[in-house]
Amino acid sequence: MSTHAPTHEDAFEAHHGHSHGHEAGHGTFKSYVTGFVLSVILTAIPFWLVMAEVIDSPVLTAVIIMALGAIQIVVHMIFFLHMNTRSEGGWTMMALIFTIVLVAIALSGSLWVMHHLNANMMPMSPEMMKNMP
Amino acid sequence: MTELHTDYMQEGKAPTFYLEEEHHPEGSTMLGFWLYLMSDCLIFAVLFATHAVLGRNYAAGPSPADLFDLPLVAVNTSMLLFSSITYGFAMLQVERYEKKATLFWMAVTALFGIAFVSLELYEFAHMIHEGAGPQRSAFLSSFFTLVGTHGLHVTSGIIWMFVLMAQVAKHGLIPENKRRLMCLSMFWHFLDVVWIGVFSFVYLMGVLG
Repeated sequence: MSTHAPTHEDAFEAHHGHSHGHEAGHGTFKSYVTGFVLSVILTAIPFWLVMAEVIDSPVLTAVIIMALGAIQIVVHMIFFLHMNTRSEGGWTMMALIFTIVLVAIALSGSLWVMHHLNANMMPMSPEMMKNMP
Repeated sequence: MTELHTDYMQEGKAPTFYLEEEHHPEGSTMLGFWLYLMSDCLIFAVLFATHAVLGRNYAAGPSPADLFDLPLVAVNTSMLLFSSITYGFAMLQVERYEKKATLFWMAVTALFGIAFVSLELYEFAHMIHEGAGPQRSAFLSSFFTLVGTHGLHVTSGIIWMFVLMAQVAKHGLIPENKRRLMCLSMFWHFLDVVWIGVFSFVYLMGVLG
């Protein structure tokens, strides 16, 4: 460990210099701090909006929360996960886009179908509700 | 036949029946792990969809506004956010081959992760104690499934963190360990991304009603 390791690691360092340039990008101190600061801001705003009840309209607040959440996810993707269109020859991005499409179908489809199911249910009186099995 | 064969040998053109080992950039592991994360993302998407459908069915039981303690959730969120940046610092130390600093930041990350899971377990225990367990209503069933699945992931990440700390302590920052650290980095940041969805959609929009 004591004598062997440093030369060993130096060799890896030399190796590292020319071989990893095309891999999934590594962050820098600056990029991590930038991502962190942006995340803190993007987290604090929605919590403040809800806890201090800043906006009267719940719908508008909900829209803002979801928009800020979406922006924060993109911030995390760029600054923490180092996503870009070049890593792995673009395949990570392809997989991500495919997943987003699937997620959108699963979410919107579930909500759409279940909303219609709910809307088309036979109306129930409280008495019927009480006698449910 | 033999003459021909020797000719080949003499000219140095003998066909080789093995493949030269090519230089692996170790990129395939990262892509494979990314694909795993994407499939994990689908699990969470389905649980989010379930919560979106069932999240308002209280069965005359408690609603999110009655149950959720937003300051606690805010602290919990900050724990996970801190753990994300401390793991980033650990990865920066990995790049500089600073073994001790790497282990230090990994330990800090694990501590933040443990704080997160502990706060979540405290919240769960509190809710179950109040009679708002997963069997109370459809809302609570989907809530415990979604948030519990995320908590299980974080717990696995913490165990993975300790295993990797032992690996790094024993073998140093060899390429194998660097690869594992990269995978855990993606896993850990991915869990933070999922948590953005949880606190926005489940907690904040739940309380909004």
